[in-house]
Amino acid sequence: MRLDQRLIADMIRPGSRVLDVGSGDGTLIDHLYRTRNCDARGIEIDMRAVTQSVAHGLPVMHGDADHDLSDYPDAAFDYVVLQRTLQAVERPREVLAQMLRIGRYAIVSFPNFGHWRLRLQLLTSGRMPMTAVWHTPWYETPNIHPCTIRDFLALCEEEDYVVERWLAIDEEGDRSPWRRSIRLANLFGEQALFLLRRRGGR
Amino acid sequence: MQQVSPTTLLQPPAAAPVGRSDVVRIEAGLTLECGQSLGPIDIAYCAHGTLNPARDNAILVCHALTGDQYVAAPHPLTGKPGWWSRMVGPGLPIDTDRFFVLCTNVLGGCMGSTGPRSIGPKGEPWGTEFPPITIRDMVRAQALLLDHFGIDRLFAAIGGSMGGMQVLEWVATYPERVFAAMPIATAPYHSAQNIAFNEVSRQAIFADPEWHGGRYWAHDTVPARGLAVARMMAHITYLSEEALAAKFGRRVRREARAAAGSSTGGALGTASLFGEMFEVESYLRHQGSSFVRRFDANSYLTITRALDYFDLSAAFDGDFAAPFRGVKTRFCVVSLSSDWLFPTSASRSLVRALNRAGVNVSFVEIETDRGHDAFLLDEPDLDRTMRGFLNGAAEQAGLNRGDSEPGDSGDSA
Repeated sequence: MRLDQRLIADMIRPGSRVLDVGSGDGTLIDHLYRTRNCDARGIEIDMRAVTQSVAHGLPVMHGDADHDLSDYPDAAFDYVVLQRTLQAVERPREVLAQMLRIGRYAIVSFPNFGHWRLRLQLLTSGRMPMTAVWHTPWYETPNIHPCTIRDFLALCEEEDYVVERWLAIDEEGDRSPWRRSIRLANLFGEQALFLLRRRGGR
Repeated sequence: MQQVSPTTLLQPPAAAPVGRSDVVRIEAGLTLECGQSLGPIDIAYCAHGTLNPARDNAILVCHALTGDQYVAAPHPLTGKPGWWSRMVGPGLPIDTDRFFVLCTNVLGGCMGSTGPRSIGPKGEPWGTEFPPITIRDMVRAQALLLDHFGIDRLFAAIGGSMGGMQVLEWVATYPERVFAAMPIATAPYHSAQNIAFNEVSRQAIFADPEWHGGRYWAHDTVPARGLAVARMMAHITYLSEEALAAKFGRRVRREARAAAGSSTGGALGTASLFGEMFEVESYLRHQGSSFVRRFDANSYLTITRALDYFDLSAAFDGDFAAPFRGVKTRFCVVSLSSDWLFPTSASRSLVRALNRAGVNVSFVEIETDRGHDAFLLDEPDLDRTMRGFLNGAAEQAGLNRGDSEPGDSGDSA
C-alpha cells in the first residue's frame, strides 16, 4: 500500500461505510475491509482494474466520479475518498459537492501544482513543467484541472466546507513537515491530503 | 408449508448424490400473478454438490429462455453436456465441492416442471390454455422447492439473460432469502426491441400449418418449422456480427440438392433453393432443427410472454430502485460488451438503480466479441469475476473461503 493510502486509512474510523472513488487495484478498500472492518466499496474507470478487483472478491463497480456519484442517496457513506484524481475529473467542484452529499466526510488527495519545482520550471523554461508527479506532456495528460493547495483551500472556503485536517505529502506519499504554514506547504508539498466535511454536517 | 406428495423422495438433501435429477410435486400449488390457481405443480430440478448441515451453501442457478435444469449434467434428449458445465462443477467457478447447486426447470417449461405440455384439468395437455406465467411466478415456484429442501436463504442466485431476470426477481420478491446475486447479460425490464423479436418468433410458430391452434398433439404432430424459424431468428440475436463474420464469413457450402435437404434441412424440410448454401444458413438450420427435438412450441410461447411481461418497476411507477430499497443482498452485475440484445446500457441502468437504493453492487463489463451468448462460452474474465465474487461473498457470509484462482498471484492487495 502506498504511504499516502496509509495516511488516508488512518483518517477512517473502523467499521465505517467507505466509498473509494477511483479505487484502482482495490488496495485501499481491501485494507479497510480486512483490517478496519469497514464496508468499503469502490468505483473505478479502468475495466481491467475493476475485473481484477472483483476477481479478488472486492465490491467494485465500473464507473467514474463525474457521472456515477449522483445516483447514491444522501449520506450513504461515512467517508468518500478521492485519491489523486480530483485534477483529472471533468467538474471538480461538482464532484466535491457530490462527495459531501453522499458522505459525511470527504477525503481528497491531489498533486500540488504550486510546488516550487513546477513554478521554477515554468518561470525559467517558459514551458509546461514536467516532474515525477506531473509526468505526461500537456497534449496527452488526463490532468485537466490542476490546482494548488491554496486554490483548493479557496474553493473549500467558497463552498463553505470545513477542513478537519490537511497534510502535505512528498513524492513517496509520506507526510511532509510543512504543517504550520499553508504557504510553505504550497511551495514544498508535492501532494496534499484533505479531510473535509460540510458545515453543520457533523 | 406446502404438502409434499408421497411419491417424492423424502431423503435428506444432504444425501443428494452428485448430479441428482428429480421432480418435486407441490400439492398446494401456486396462485399465479394473473390470479389463477395452478396446482398441484411439479418442479423438476438438478442438484450438484452437498447441502451443508447449516443449509447455507446453496446456489440457485437460473436458466435462460431455452435452457433447462441440466446445467451441469448431460441432457437426456440430446446427450450434450450441461449448458453451463464449463462453469458449474468440482473446482470450477461455481464449485460443487463447496456449494450445493440447484437448477430448476422454470414453471411453464417443458423438461418436467409444470407447463403447457402437462396434463391440464380437461385430461389433455394444457396447450394454449395454460395460464400466463410471469418471471415472479417462476421464482415463487423455485421458492417452494427451497422450502422443500429446508433452505431458508440462498447463498447466491446466479443467472444469465432470463436467468438474470429471475435473479433480480428473487431479490425483489424475497430480499431476505438471497445473500448474493449475480445477474448476467440481463435487464430490469424487457425492452420494446426484445418484445418485438419475441413477437416475430411467436408469429413464426402460429404460421406453421402444423400449429393447429396450439392443439398439435391432437394431430400427432408438432409445429417444427415454425419453432425452428423462431429459434433461428432468436439465435441471430444471441450472436454478434463479429462472431458471425469470424465463424462463417461469406463461405458457401455446395451440395447436391437432395443431400442439402436431408442433411441440413431437418425441421425446415426443404433443400436450399439455389443448390448452395452459405455456411451461416446451414448453421442456423442446424440450430433450428436440433432445437425442435427438445423444446415444446407452447412452452416457447408461454416463456417468451413471461419475458415480455417482465418490468421490475411496474408496481413502483417506473422507479427501478424501489424494489431494492433496504436490500442487504450483495450484487455483482455483469454485462458483455458485444451483447446488443441486453446491452451494457441496460446493465448500467440497473446498477444506477441499485446505487440509488444504496445496495452493495459490483459491476463488470466483460470484453468479448461473441455477443449475448458469450456468458455460456469460454470467457476467462467472466470465470475470474464469478470466482472472485463468490469467494468475497462467501467470506462475508462466513462460509469457508475457497481456493483462489489457479495461478493467481494475489499480488494486488
